[in-house]
Amino acid sequence: MTGPDRPGDRRTRRSRKGEELMVPRAEFASYYGRPVIKAPSWSARDIAGYFFLGGLAGAGSVLAAGAQLTGRTTLATGMKVSSLAAVSLSAAALVHDLGRPARFGNMLRVIKPTSPMSVGSWLLSGYGPAAGAAAVCAVSGRLPRAGAAATAAAAALGPAVATYTAVLAADTAVPAWHGAHRELPYLFAASATAAASGTALVLAPPRETAPVRCAAVLAAAADAAAMRAAKRRLGMVAETYRAGRAGRLLRGAELLLGAGAVTAALGARRSRAAAVTAGLALLAGSACTRFGVFAAGIASAQDPAYTVVPQRAAMNPSGGPGPGPATDRPDGRTEQQASD
Amino acid sequence: MTDSLLSGPEPDPAGDAGHAGAPPRVGFFTDTSVCIGCKACEVACKEWNALPEDGLTLTGMSYDNTAGLGASTWRHVAFIEQSAPQPPVPAPEGRTVLPLAEDADQSAGGDLRWLMSSDVCKHCTHAACLDICPTGSLFRTEFGTVVVQEDICNGCGYCVPACPYGVIEQRPSDGRAFKCTLCYDRLGAGQEPACAKACPTESIRFGPLDELRERAALRVDQLHAAGVPQARLYGHDPADGVGGDGAFFLLLDEPEVYGLPPDPQVTTRDLPAMWRHAGAAALSLAGGFALSFALPAVLRGRGRR
Repeated sequence: MTGPDRPGDRRTRRSRKGEELMVPRAEFASYYGRPVIKAPSWSARDIAGYFFLGGLAGAGSVLAAGAQLTGRTTLATGMKVSSLAAVSLSAAALVHDLGRPARFGNMLRVIKPTSPMSVGSWLLSGYGPAAGAAAVCAVSGRLPRAGAAATAAAAALGPAVATYTAVLAADTAVPAWHGAHRELPYLFAASATAAASGTALVLAPPRETAPVRCAAVLAAAADAAAMRAAKRRLGMVAETYRAGRAGRLLRGAELLLGAGAVTAALGARRSRAAAVTAGLALLAGSACTRFGVFAAGIASAQDPAYTVVPQRAAMNPSGGPGPGPATDRPDGRTEQQASD
Repeated sequence: MTDSLLSGPEPDPAGDAGHAGAPPRVGFFTDTSVCIGCKACEVACKEWNALPEDGLTLTGMSYDNTAGLGASTWRHVAFIEQSAPQPPVPAPEGRTVLPLAEDADQSAGGDLRWLMSSDVCKHCTHAACLDICPTGSLFRTEFGTVVVQEDICNGCGYCVPACPYGVIEQRPSDGRAFKCTLCYDRLGAGQEPACAKACPTESIRFGPLDELRERAALRVDQLHAAGVPQARLYGHDPADGVGGDGAFFLLLDEPEVYGLPPDPQVTTRDLPAMWRHAGAAALSLAGGFALSFALPAVLRGRGRR
């Protein structure tokens, strides 16, 4: 910032360099340009990384169960091991991000449906051991029945592990997350499917990956559709998904997922190299989606415009003058408008 | 878990939290029209609660070098300089005006209007920080206030982005989350909170919330009658997006000028919808994989025929 904004000055939002402003200009007041809400102090590596890894683990367990049911053993074992690795890294990232890591056990002190983080902690404490048992049984070849039961349990909890993180982000005052609370779970489900499909294409031989290629195409299409719906819903807050670091990551995600899905559909059946390339592109695309959504949330929390302007717009849906006695101002300044 | 406990008017939050025979809900009414910006509240709060120093910087924001509420700043006085005439704010009823103040010409400032306001945790009826706290560290006291139990908080930081006012924060040197307790220790001993005790102009008033709301409505009428049409209450309405604040304000401009959100909503209001969408998304994920396994098998079957 070059200098403090004067409080009460009506700041007009200007488009940033080279980026077209997607909504009409809106004026709003703020206290010296300071944010109204506080952005989470979560580190992107730990929490966006967990969103990615949790999705990879959860969707991977569903894929593993499908592969086991249809006799694709390499694929099944590969996905079980990848889910165990991903959920272990997830737990490490979550504990590492705590302000008091030694107190991680307090996460299981209560069961609270109003806290997505509490629900998630209990989900993970059920899912993690199941995914672990499934992987250990598959690799060692011991206890096949227990392994099958663990595989089924992990597959049942996996979709919830992959999508609850969207509620975790959306159940905050962060405008870019809360405003998209209807669309984020579908975006996270698609992104998780892309990550699991990508891992499968890297790990399994082409003769086992026909369903994976199909899932990859579905995931890329669903990711693009959910992201478009989220941006449409968000209105002016969608700027945070288009600008800056979030914009670069999300454009990258779109390209990588598209390229990965096309390569998977056309080349991955015959060429192992093409399958691995497609898989890596899908994995990278999924990670870009999660880090992009995370960055958009931080950007929307740090600018008071994304808190004040949508709230004003909701208060005056007609775009009419603000409430109450403030309309006849003695100082002759214009009454601020939510948006034009 | 009913909707009325997640949003909308809730007359007895302490009772709903399981406190039987709770005392009346208490709170703050901060009348910014009589705030003189002395920061005695900030100092009293720091002293009583033994809050650590959190930065000695010059912000360039008028006389405000505290910048905002945070983990170690539980009262924050905002200073706003506006090019507008000073409104003729009358003294609150029952207040003795000393001769010196009587003589002072209120319009001496010319075209400079100075707004000062002491901000604090709102102790919401529907407190998002409390709703989403995964450890149960944040809880509703018998006085209807919201307090962090520091021996339980594990520093997950979830309450920080949940607060629609940007109040609660993690202390970097400590890791845990801290905010105003409405001096829970003093309330237990029948004392008023330190900030209200220290306020020399009674801009910060402490008491049972019902009484404060009545008093505030009278004060707004008095200001309107005296020719201050900008006076408005903020956070007093039990029908607002957070079910009404335990700490509410009389402001002389729009809330966002003071750094307050104009229409805050408790985020958990939408939580049932979020869980429904997450459930549907989880089913779509499983369905997508089922389709992916079925489709190639069906296509291969047709190819063989």
